[in-house]
Amino acid sequence: MSTDVRLRVDGVEVVVPAGCSVAAALRLAGHVSTRRALDGGGRGACCGMGVCFECRVRINGVERLGCLARVADGMEIVCDA
Amino acid sequence: MNQDVVIVGGGIVGCAIADRLARAGVAVCLVERDVLGGAATAASMGHLVVLDDDPAELTLSSYSCALWRELAPLLPDNADYRTTGTLWIARDAAEMAEAERKRTRLAAAGVNGELLTAQQLAACEPALAPNLAGGLRVAADAVVYPPVVAAWLARRAVAAGARLRCGVAVSAIGDGEVVPDDGSRLRARHIVVANGCSVPELLSGAPVRRRKGHLLITTRLQPQVRHQLVELGYVQSAHGEASESVAFNVQPRPTGQLLLGSTREFDAPAGSVTPRLIARLVERAVEFLPGLAGRTALRAWTGFRPTTPDHRPLIGPWPLRAGVWLAGGHEGLGVTTALGTAELLAAQLLDLPLPFDAAPYAPGRFTSAVASHVH
Repeated sequence: MSTDVRLRVDGVEVVVPAGCSVAAALRLAGHVSTRRALDGGGRGACCGMGVCFECRVRINGVERLGCLARVADGMEIVCDA
Repeated sequence: MNQDVVIVGGGIVGCAIADRLARAGVAVCLVERDVLGGAATAASMGHLVVLDDDPAELTLSSYSCALWRELAPLLPDNADYRTTGTLWIARDAAEMAEAERKRTRLAAAGVNGELLTAQQLAACEPALAPNLAGGLRVAADAVVYPPVVAAWLARRAVAAGARLRCGVAVSAIGDGEVVPDDGSRLRARHIVVANGCSVPELLSGAPVRRRKGHLLITTRLQPQVRHQLVELGYVQSAHGEASESVAFNVQPRPTGQLLLGSTREFDAPAGSVTPRLIARLVERAVEFLPGLAGRTALRAWTGFRPTTPDHRPLIGPWPLRAGVWLAGGHEGLGVTTALGTAELLAAQLLDLPLPFDAAPYAPGRFTSAVASHVH
């Protein structure tokens, strides 16, 4: 059984360990900033426990918190939330 | 320290009065126990709307909205003043008939409204549900970010010579003086009590009751909306005496977020968010904006509206205490009517011609009941 999953971040395939959160997967793939504030500043996962709402991304078309979502094979993540 | 007028309460009403009086050359001191534009001002939606279901409310709100339009070009960018208009939404023929009556009443006060058929409503706001009957569009209504405006009005008052004391709570009102809790005394010929839900703490028996509301703001990936959207049933919710009610009321923020209201609850002392009421608020909103289903809420909060038994504010002299004036009890219309309230109170206090009849708002309409309650 594979311990890696393949997902796409803004159209680019990345491979991350199975069972990790989307927020962790994004960080492992080198994405520190995963959304933009209104002033253009970068925002990314901060609290990691569903409170700060800074890690929100679109997962398979639905806006969710990256820290509360688990990665799954074939997941499409878009950093525009 | 002596001044002509001490104003207790730095919400948008107190700040507007300070600004109005200071610019008339009156020596004013504004006392706020916390921060300017906190409490009800900060919790409000900032919808500047003409309401017509009571003639006095129509007079005060239409007069005030005209003052807002004059002030708008002077406001800073972060006041977020935007002429979104209000779209009153009818679900059925009966509500469409109410939209027509509303249009007639508004027209009598010089406010233009445009009736929309179901097709015109859909073209105007495509994100609305397809089964609605139509609506009434009041293009001149606007929205503003109230805490910024409150602080801006207070700064303009200070620039005109007003004194400002923030972080000072008032523990009592004496004869010709306000007694802050820091041991000082503020003597004044006139004292204006404008501290919202806390009016009864200083004026025993003043008929102000707290009515809790919930608001919720979404993230930015939302259905696109241009107008402030309000269901025509809103007024029954606002003026009904039900212990709990929910009405659809949605405001588009400049960010693309949506601000969702509104709930009304009497006898709910705690400020905490009630998940059951948030659920009702969201379900109501989804009935009108189906695209909201499954979207993300960012934050929810509550506030308290200061209400009176007849849902009209208290603006004018408090007959039980010489030299004491009231400007409070605006319920959900304090931001809309702040400027008109300041104008009406200043005219009475400075003995100037009144902009309109002050009698419907006179606090004295309740004082016979209060006198028997106090003595």
